[in-house]
Amino acid sequence: MEDDAPVIYGLEFQARALTPQTAETDAIRFLVGTQSLKYDNQIHIIDFDDENNIINKNVLLHQAGEIWHISASPADKGVLATCYNKTSDSRVQACAAVWRMPKELESGSHESPDDPASTAQTLELLCHLDNGAHGNVACVVWEPMGDGKKVISLADSHILLWDLQASSSQAVLASSAALEGRGQLRFTAGRWSPHHNCTQVATASDTTLRGWDTRSMSQIYCIENAHGQLVRDLDFNPNKQYYLASCGDDCKVKFWDTRNVTEPVKTLEEHSHWVWSVRYNHSHDQLVLTGSSDSRVILSNMVSISSEPFGHLVDDDDVSDPEEHHTEKSKEPLQDNVIATYEEHEDSVYAVDWASADPWLFASLSYDGRLVINRVPRALKYHILL
Amino acid sequence: MAAAAAEGPGPGDSPEGPEADAPERRRKAHGMLKLYYGLSEGEAAGHSAGPDPLDPTDLNGAHFDPEVYLDKLRRECPLAQLMDSETDMVRQIRALDSDMQTLVYENYNKFISATDTIRKMKNDFRKMEDEMDRLATNMAVITNFSARISATLQDRHERITKLAGVHALLRKLQFLFELPSRLTKCVELGAYGQAVRYQGRARAVLQQYQHLPSFRAIQDDCQVITARLAQQLRQRFREGCSGAPEQAECVELLLALGEPAEELCEEFLAHARGRLEEELSSLETELGPSPPAPDVLEFTDRGGNGFVGGLCQVAAAYQELFAAQGPTGAQKLAAFARELGGRYFVLVERRLAQEQGGSDNSLLVRALDRFHRRLRAPGALLAAAGLSESATEIVERVARERLSHHLQGLRAAFLSCLTDVRQALAAPRLAGKEGPSLAELLANVSSSILSHIKASLASVHLFTAKEVSFSNKPYFRGEFCSQGVREGLIVGFIRSMCQTAQSFCDSPGEKGGATPPALLLLLSRLCLDYETATISYILTLTDEQFLVQDQSPVTPVSTLCAEARETARRLLTHYVKVQGLVISQMLRKSVETRDWLSTLEPRNVRAVMKRVVEDTTAIDVQVGLLYEEGVRKAQSSDSSKRTFSVYSSSRQQGRYAPSYTPSAPMDTNLLSNIQKLFSERIDVFSPVEFNKVSVLTGIIKISLKTLLECVRLRTFGRFGLQQVQVDCHFLQLYLWRFVADEELVHLLLDEVVASAALRCPDPVPMEPSVVEVICERG
Repeated sequence: MEDDAPVIYGLEFQARALTPQTAETDAIRFLVGTQSLKYDNQIHIIDFDDENNIINKNVLLHQAGEIWHISASPADKGVLATCYNKTSDSRVQACAAVWRMPKELESGSHESPDDPASTAQTLELLCHLDNGAHGNVACVVWEPMGDGKKVISLADSHILLWDLQASSSQAVLASSAALEGRGQLRFTAGRWSPHHNCTQVATASDTTLRGWDTRSMSQIYCIENAHGQLVRDLDFNPNKQYYLASCGDDCKVKFWDTRNVTEPVKTLEEHSHWVWSVRYNHSHDQLVLTGSSDSRVILSNMVSISSEPFGHLVDDDDVSDPEEHHTEKSKEPLQDNVIATYEEHEDSVYAVDWASADPWLFASLSYDGRLVINRVPRALKYHILL
Repeated sequence: MAAAAAEGPGPGDSPEGPEADAPERRRKAHGMLKLYYGLSEGEAAGHSAGPDPLDPTDLNGAHFDPEVYLDKLRRECPLAQLMDSETDMVRQIRALDSDMQTLVYENYNKFISATDTIRKMKNDFRKMEDEMDRLATNMAVITNFSARISATLQDRHERITKLAGVHALLRKLQFLFELPSRLTKCVELGAYGQAVRYQGRARAVLQQYQHLPSFRAIQDDCQVITARLAQQLRQRFREGCSGAPEQAECVELLLALGEPAEELCEEFLAHARGRLEEELSSLETELGPSPPAPDVLEFTDRGGNGFVGGLCQVAAAYQELFAAQGPTGAQKLAAFARELGGRYFVLVERRLAQEQGGSDNSLLVRALDRFHRRLRAPGALLAAAGLSESATEIVERVARERLSHHLQGLRAAFLSCLTDVRQALAAPRLAGKEGPSLAELLANVSSSILSHIKASLASVHLFTAKEVSFSNKPYFRGEFCSQGVREGLIVGFIRSMCQTAQSFCDSPGEKGGATPPALLLLLSRLCLDYETATISYILTLTDEQFLVQDQSPVTPVSTLCAEARETARRLLTHYVKVQGLVISQMLRKSVETRDWLSTLEPRNVRAVMKRVVEDTTAIDVQVGLLYEEGVRKAQSSDSSKRTFSVYSSSRQQGRYAPSYTPSAPMDTNLLSNIQKLFSERIDVFSPVEFNKVSVLTGIIKISLKTLLECVRLRTFGRFGLQQVQVDCHFLQLYLWRFVADEELVHLLLDEVVASAALRCPDPVPMEPSVVEVICERG
C-alpha cells in the first residue's frame, strides 16, 4: 500500500495562522493567514482536490495587518475571525475581528489563479472584537458546536466572551474574567471544549493550564506547571470529555485528565525543539498531530489513552457477520507509538490542523510559508477502520 | 668288664693315650656297660662310629673272628709284617695279662668291702621290714581313732554351722531392725547417698518377708523414712538453689529410691526450665529498653555461658539419668530444648536487631561467631531439637540484614557526598579565595565513595573469615558472596547510584533551580568514570575478596557499564538543557521585554549579550574542568569575520532590497531556502557526546534557537533591527570558538538577523564596518 506523496503549497509570505474551514463538511479546505509587515497580508483559501491531488487557491486581501491567528466559524462557511497586528509608528496593537468572505468563495468556486491581481478580493469586516482596555488579543475561539454566535477572545490577561448579533455584524461583550496573579500574565492559547454542552474553555498562560466555565466565567481547574516552560498550545480530546493535550517549549506533549491535575496521563518527548501546535483527530482521537520549531510534524498514535483503546468498537450491525467479529477480537491492542515524522518543512512549523471534511488528511504550515498536506498512512487507516 | 680289660690296650698304647683318650675311653666303657645291660646296640654303635662293629677282623669288635683275622693276615701280609704282628700280638697279650693282674690287685679290697656291705645290708633290711609292719599297724590304729573322733564331733560341727548361719541372719536382722534408726540418722545427717544405699540393700529382703508382721513393721518404718527421705530429696531438688550437678544427684538418688522416672523426668525438666528461664529473663532485662544494653559480644557471651551452658548441662544430665526412658524421653528433651532455644533465639534476635544500626561489624561477627559456636555443642547433643540449624538461620538472617544495612549506608554516604558537593558549590566564594574546583570535588566524591565501598566490603568480609565458625556453611560460601555481596551490595549500590543520579534529570523543578548544573556535570563525569574504570575495578575487587563459587547468574560488568554510561549521557544532556535554558531565558527576557519599535540607534552591544558570552565562557571553563576538549571541525582562523562579512553585505542586499513586484516575495526567501537545502537540519536538543565542545555546542544551539524564535514573535523598528545586528555580530565574534562547527553559529545567527529583518517594516541594516566598530569597542 503505497501512500500518496505529500502535497506542498508555497505562500509568498511568512505565515503562522492555519485553520480548516470548520463549517465545510464536503470539501477539504484550509485557510491560511500570512504575516508580512511590508505588504498587504492575505488569506489563502486552499482547496484540496483529494482525487486529483490538486490544490486550488483563492486569495483574499487582509489589509488590516499581519495575521497571528485565524479561526473559522463552525456554523457559517463564510465567516472567520482573525487576530492581527496593527502597526502604527512605534506601536504594535494586536486586534481581533470577525470577517465575511465574498459569497462566491465560500464554497470554493474555482476561479482561474492566473490573474491574481484582478481576483484579489477583500474581506468584509463584520465587527471588531476589541476593546482597547483589554490589551493584545492572542487568539479567538469559536464555540465548537453552536450556531456561530459565541466567541471567546483572549486578550493579554483577560478572557472575553462575545455574543455575535445581527448576523455577526455586532459583537457584544457578554462576560469576561481576568487572570489574577503576580507579574504580567498573558494568555498564549485557548480551546473551547466540545463536551459539557460547550460550557468549558481551557487556556494556557505561561506554564499553567486553566479551565473555565463560560457560564460563570470562573476557573474550574488549574494545572500549575503543566510544562517546564511556556505552554504553546492545547487541544481537547473530541471523544473523551476530560482529556486534553498540551504542548510547549519543553519539547513535550502532555496528555491530561482534568480530574487529576497533579500528573499528566502521558508524556511524549519526540520533538527536539518547542512544540507549537497539537491537534487531536476529530474522529479518531488516538491520532495526535504535533508541529514543532524543529521543522518536523509528528503524527502519533495514542491508543492507550484514546476512546478506542482496543481498536474500533464493533457496532451492533456488524455482529451479524461472525467472521468479521472474529477478526475484530483477534486484533492485538495497539501500542502507543509515533506513526510518522514528516520532514517536508525546512522552517519552524507553527501550525498543524486536521481537515474538517476528511479525517485522514491534515495540513501543516511552516514559517517560510510552506503548507504541506499529508494523509494518515493507509495501512494505519485501514487498521483503524477495519 | 673282662672284655674291656682284654681289649683296652689297643688304643691305650699311644703315648698320650691316657690323657687325650680319657673321654673316649670312658665312653667306650659306657658302651660296654650299655652292652652289658642290653641297652640298644644302635645307640652304643652310634657313638663309636669308627670301624664297622660287624667287621670280623676288628680286634676290638664284638664280632671278632680270629680265624678270619688270621686268614686275612696270612693272605695279605708278607712275612715280615706277619712276624711283626705276631710279636705285636704277643706283646699286647702280655700287656693285657699284666693289666688284668694289676686290676685285680688294685681292686681286691673293694671287692671284699663290697661283699661286707652287701651282707650288712641284708641284715638291716630284715630289721626295717619289721618296723614297717609295726608302722602299718599303728597307722591302722590311728585311722581307727580318727574315725571314732569324727563320728563323735559330727553332731557338734553341724550345730556350730547352724549357729554361724543364725548369727549372720541375726546380724542382718539387726541391720534391718536398726535400719529405721540408721536411716533416720542418715537423713538427719544429710547423708542421703548412704541412706539410699541402706534402703537399697534392705528393700528386697523386706519385700520378701513382708508377710511377717515384724518385718512388715520394719518395712513400714522404712517406707515412712524413705518417704521422708524422698520428700527431703525432693524438697532439696525443688529448692533448686543447689546447682545442676547436685540436682542431678538428687534425681539419681530418687531414681534409686524407685520413684517413678516419668514424673521425675517431668519435674527435672520443669526445674531446669525454671533455671533456664531465669537466665532468659536476666538476658531479657539486659535487653530492656531503659538500661544501656551491654555490648552484643558480652550479651551473647552471657547468653552462651548462662543459658546455652545450662542447657547443655541439663541435656547431658538428662541423657545420663533418663537414658532408660528411650525415644520418648529424648523427644521430651528435644521439645524442651526447642522451646527454650526458640525463646533464647527470640531474645538474641532482638538484641541483634538493636545492633543493626551499629557500624562495628567485627564485634557483631565475633558475637555471632560465639553464639553460633556455642550452640554447636547442644546441637550435637540434641540433634533433634534443630538448634544448630536455627542458629545458622539467625546468623544468615543477620548477615542479610547487615548487607542491606551496608547498602543503605552506601546510599546514605553517596547522598551525603552529594550534599557536601551541593554545599561546596553553594558556598559563597570569598574574594580571591577560590573554593575547591570541580575536579577536586569530583576526586573527593569518587574517593570517598570508593573508600566507603571498600570499608563495606571489608566489614562484610568478616562474615566469611576462615576462623568464624559459620563461614563454611553453604550459604556463606555461595549465596552470600554472589547474590548477597556482589549482586545485592555492590551491583545494587551502583544501580541505585545511577538511579539517584538520573532522578536529578527528572526533577520536577524543570525550570532549573532545583539541581545546581555543576552537580549534574560532576555526576555525569562520575558516572562516566565509573563506566570506564571504577565499576570493573570494584567488581574485580569484590570477586577477588569473595571467591564466588556459586553458579547463579550475576550481572555482567558490561551491563552495569552500559547503565552507567546511559546515566552519564542523560545527566550531561540534562546539563546542556539546563544551562541552555538559563541562557535562553536571559535572551528571551531581553527580547520580550524590550520595545523594539521605539528603540534608539545602537551604540553598544547590549549588556545581556555580554552576559551571555560571559556565562558561556564560565560554562566552558566549568565543563573544561571535567571533560576533554573534543573534536572541532578544522577551519581557518579568521573564518568568522569572512563569513560574517559575506552575509552582511551580499546576502543582505538580496534580501532587504525594497523592490516590490508580485514575484519578489519569493526571492526574499530564495537565498535562505537554497542555503537550507544544502545545510543539514539542526537538531537543537540533540544528544551530546562526552566532550566539552559537544556540550558547549548543545548549549549554544539551544540558546540561539530560542533567540531566533523570540525574534520572530516581535516587530522591530529600524534601530531595533540594527541592535539585533550588532548583538548577533558580537555573539558571532565570541561564540564560534566554543562550538564544534562554527558554521552552525553562523547559520543560526544569520537566521536571527534575517528573521529580524523580516519582522521589520523598515529594514535598513547598519553598515558592517560600524557594526564591527561597535562590537570591538565593547
